[in-house]
Amino acid sequence: MSAEIKTGEVLISVKDLAKHYKNKAGEIHALDGITTDIKKGEVLVIIGPSGSGKSTFLRSLNLLERPTGGTITFEGQDVMSPKNDINKLRQKMGMVFQHFNLFPHLTIMDNMTLAPKKLLKMSQEEAEKKALQLLERVGLQDRADTYPSQLSGGQKQRIAIVRALCMSPDVLLFDEPTSALDPEMVGEVLDVMKDLAKTGMTMAVVTHEMGFAKEVASRVIFMDAGKIVEEGTPEEIFDNPQNERLKTFLAKVL
Amino acid sequence: MFYCKVDYRVLLSFSDWLNKWKDRLYLNFVASGRYKYLVRGLWMTLRITFFAVLLGIALGVVAAIIRSTHDKIIEEIRPGFGKFLLRFFNLIVKLYLTIIRGTPVVVQLMIMYYVIFASSTNAMMVAILAFGINSGAYVAEIIRSGIMSIDAGQFEAGRSLGFNYIQTMIYIIIPQAIKNILPALANEFIVLIKETSISGYVGIMELTRGGDVIRSRTFDAFPPLLAVAIIYLIIVVFFTKLVSMLERRMRNSER
Repeated sequence: MSAEIKTGEVLISVKDLAKHYKNKAGEIHALDGITTDIKKGEVLVIIGPSGSGKSTFLRSLNLLERPTGGTITFEGQDVMSPKNDINKLRQKMGMVFQHFNLFPHLTIMDNMTLAPKKLLKMSQEEAEKKALQLLERVGLQDRADTYPSQLSGGQKQRIAIVRALCMSPDVLLFDEPTSALDPEMVGEVLDVMKDLAKTGMTMAVVTHEMGFAKEVASRVIFMDAGKIVEEGTPEEIFDNPQNERLKTFLAKVL
Repeated sequence: MFYCKVDYRVLLSFSDWLNKWKDRLYLNFVASGRYKYLVRGLWMTLRITFFAVLLGIALGVVAAIIRSTHDKIIEEIRPGFGKFLLRFFNLIVKLYLTIIRGTPVVVQLMIMYYVIFASSTNAMMVAILAFGINSGAYVAEIIRSGIMSIDAGQFEAGRSLGFNYIQTMIYIIIPQAIKNILPALANEFIVLIKETSISGYVGIMELTRGGDVIRSRTFDAFPPLLAVAIIYLIIVVFFTKLVSMLERRMRNSER
């Protein structure tokens, strides 16, 4: 493993990331030369219109999407190199999905302990202890023995977040975590994410929640047509946007 | 009070009819121990079906794994020998599925018996092979569609936690897919047990052929055929009940 990375140092380095492919409409540039660094302890929020490539970018970081060009370096290791085991790297990059993707055939406890037991070789007691601590943190400790279908959307997403945390990842990737939720449930999920940010967790968040971006983000990226169009602190992006496309986008969503 | 007047001649003809059937049943099933044709035939049918199902499941699982692995991860694999091998096996399996599902099973059985295993004297073995290979193609599609019916998000969630492809399949996809697969698999068994009735084409004494032999001895077609039909019906109804019980239990465990 690489040396311990301290807060403020680069955790993920992305250079010239590209995803080009051909379909009926011709050559598609889903990602078109993305270069950015994600530092440890940072909360990076990625915004942009739909189809701008923000989800593709996030999903490329742990290779759920395979880029066609560029490099991703995570903790000093080339993510795309065949020499590095992507499954090992993914253990350190948690992911939270729009549709939660809890395992419906397992209880909440088993959802959370499956990966630590099988991949980190944790004992049953150890894994359950850790899972219970995390469940308490999100106020769902009484739901350990229920099945996902018995939970509300907000509860499911909170479970999905702590399931990812059970692997003690170095970074959490959020792919539109509140987009599939009823409006009254968005708050509870964002609260968990805010708490997480306070503990110093490195997070990359694709979202349409501009309020969350303003309040929590340490840096905001605005993407359009597969490119980073503008990048800066929340104040710079929301209060003093430079690019025309960002201005029209903000005028529509704010 | 009502009196029911029945013409004694009607009663007489009814008892006539009854007596005639008693004679027919005796002639077809009891005389010369002819019922044994049905018993031995049923035993042969059950043996062929059982072993053909086992072979079919084994072939089907392998074929389904190759097909769905190919469809799910061929894009991810880097060019090399592994990718070539997967492509090659996928092609073989596709060919197998196309040929088997595109030709009648009776033709497959006869090709096996008269051409491929022409020198074999073990007709039962040939029939097991023919029906097993045939069933495998359908089982493969049952399993593959079961796997494909699981939401892609489940697969991504497993991979994002760090599970590799095989672990994701074993811990996450298969346990969910089994709910769709098992009832369909049991139905395949029901179909197969009826399909083995064509084994008579290659001279195997199974249930249908057993009935036919009785007909050829007694020149009375209806009783043996009726008996054969009833036996199939009982078996199928029994297994259908079993399948619906299975389905109900699986639904219950879904919560």
